[in-house]
Amino acid sequence: MQPQEVDRPSSLVAAFGKDQPLKLDCGVDLAPFQIAYQTYGTLNAARTNAILVCHALTMDQHMANVHPVTGKPGGWLAMIGPGRPIDTDRFFVICPNVIGGCMGSTGPASTNPDTGKPWGLDFPIVTIPDMVRAQAMLLDRLGIDTLFSVVGGSMGGMQTLQWSVAYPRRVFSALPIACATRHSAQNIAFHELGRQAVMADPDWRQGRYFEHGIQPHRGLGVARMAAHITYLSDAALHRKFGRRMQDRDLPTFSFDADFQVESYLRHQGSSFVERFDANSYLYLTRAMDYFDIAADHDGVLARAFRGTTTRFCVVSFTSDWLFPTAESRAIVHALNAGGARVSFAEIETDKGHDAFLLDVPEFLDIARAFLQSAAAARGLTPSGA
Amino acid sequence: MTLSQPTLPLNGAAPFNPADHRGDHLLVAEMVAPGSRVLDVGCGDGDLLQLLERRGVDGRGIELSREGVNHCVAKGLAVVQGDADTDLDAYPDDAFDYVILSQTLQATRQPRAVLENLLRIGHRAIVSFPNFGFWKMRLQLLVGGHMPRTDNLPATWYDTPNIHFCTIKDFVQLCDEINVKMERAVALDLYGRPLRLNAPWWFWNLFGEQGVFLLSRRGKER
Repeated sequence: MQPQEVDRPSSLVAAFGKDQPLKLDCGVDLAPFQIAYQTYGTLNAARTNAILVCHALTMDQHMANVHPVTGKPGGWLAMIGPGRPIDTDRFFVICPNVIGGCMGSTGPASTNPDTGKPWGLDFPIVTIPDMVRAQAMLLDRLGIDTLFSVVGGSMGGMQTLQWSVAYPRRVFSALPIACATRHSAQNIAFHELGRQAVMADPDWRQGRYFEHGIQPHRGLGVARMAAHITYLSDAALHRKFGRRMQDRDLPTFSFDADFQVESYLRHQGSSFVERFDANSYLYLTRAMDYFDIAADHDGVLARAFRGTTTRFCVVSFTSDWLFPTAESRAIVHALNAGGARVSFAEIETDKGHDAFLLDVPEFLDIARAFLQSAAAARGLTPSGA
Repeated sequence: MTLSQPTLPLNGAAPFNPADHRGDHLLVAEMVAPGSRVLDVGCGDGDLLQLLERRGVDGRGIELSREGVNHCVAKGLAVVQGDADTDLDAYPDDAFDYVILSQTLQATRQPRAVLENLLRIGHRAIVSFPNFGFWKMRLQLLVGGHMPRTDNLPATWYDTPNIHFCTIKDFVQLCDEINVKMERAVALDLYGRPLRLNAPWWFWNLFGEQGVFLLSRRGKER
């Protein structure tokens, strides 16, 4: 990855000094620290039209603008923009980079002020609740008391759920997508595979690779390849690639990338390492592994949501085997038991977990309808005033 | 009927017109006190829930079909995809003022368990179902010698989702068996109009095309 976005990102930055530490679950007070964020749209006079969008594991705050590192279009253009479900003509959209990330919010690639070197593995372990706590400090800084909505998929969905549990009165509506209230054993296993791939790369150097002027590209690339398979589905891979060959008609009888699917995965791996920090990958996967809302509420998920007034819309996808529908159904049952106003839709698609980022009309229609009905209940006019 | 004046009209909603709504929906909506919390089990496209929300009811729904759920969410209704036979167990006791089962009882695998669940989750239950004792049904079986089909129940025996048909008489018997109190009972004719009130049960069972019942738990003060 290119480290230029780490300490002095091209995004907006909220810096918190030594007098405003971020109190982490691991017991450490992180200070100073900063949060990099993008905003779209305009905050209304009553400050009631703000939507917080939480990003997934390997995404960042550049949801609806050209990415400063890759030069590619924003990460969630299907959802965010003028006339999109999260309509930037109507809502004020805040997209922060998570704590532990590598696009400007403080993380293991950031410079440790005590040493002048990158934090590396000296960076404290962060959790999903820590990310949300930092976002709440950002909102305080922006003078936004109540969010009209919190929206996110996958790890962003976990943050969305955590927001509704930790700050129920600050969240008018919540749209957790393709996520769960806890990380399953299978998902922890996949994350461990990715971390071991990174750490097995000799260039990882116990996390001190920046000081040696190298990066564990091979390890992180393998981690990305393995993870990317879990974001798709058997049907989607078959539809996209089948057993088709890459630029050849016959097998080469070698370990070259004969199949299109191999070539695709290699590309996914090599492009990922250009924009993502290997240590950040270790920290963020760990944060997801530790996530378990029920564990913080005596093992009873419904207790976490008791008495909530937040309006929820939970969405899952039929071919998502990373966060299958059963996980979303468990959220819905807990919300129902807590008396919450909840909608739940399972979207039929073969696009797997990644469906939430793609142009899936049925899903986008539901997101749009949910936000519009919530906006009417919040008393927001169609212009966002 | 107080329906001509909805208590909480939605912004920009079309003026209320009873002709836009099914007769049994109007009857059910009239049984629900404004401002109460309601769960509609098997809410379909959400027409009844929308009618109820216009009256200031805090409504939730469960619907089996994905298409139905997505229609409801698109209308801004709080509806979850689920199955009356399996998912009602997840709801806590006394969570709702009313639980509605509209034209769904006959499609459940365990009608008795579902009925008991309705009255566990809700203080009251409102159940409507097609009456298999309706004279046209009887006539088709007696004279035609085949499984009855009507405009409201057009499916053939081999592809119908309706697996537990009953008559009004059967339903009244089940309510007695599981100690359920019938607060109101109305039979509707083929056109969704209530039959005259002072008719005996046998008359309703023969001429009611469907039955609508307001139920509560016996022996509990509410």
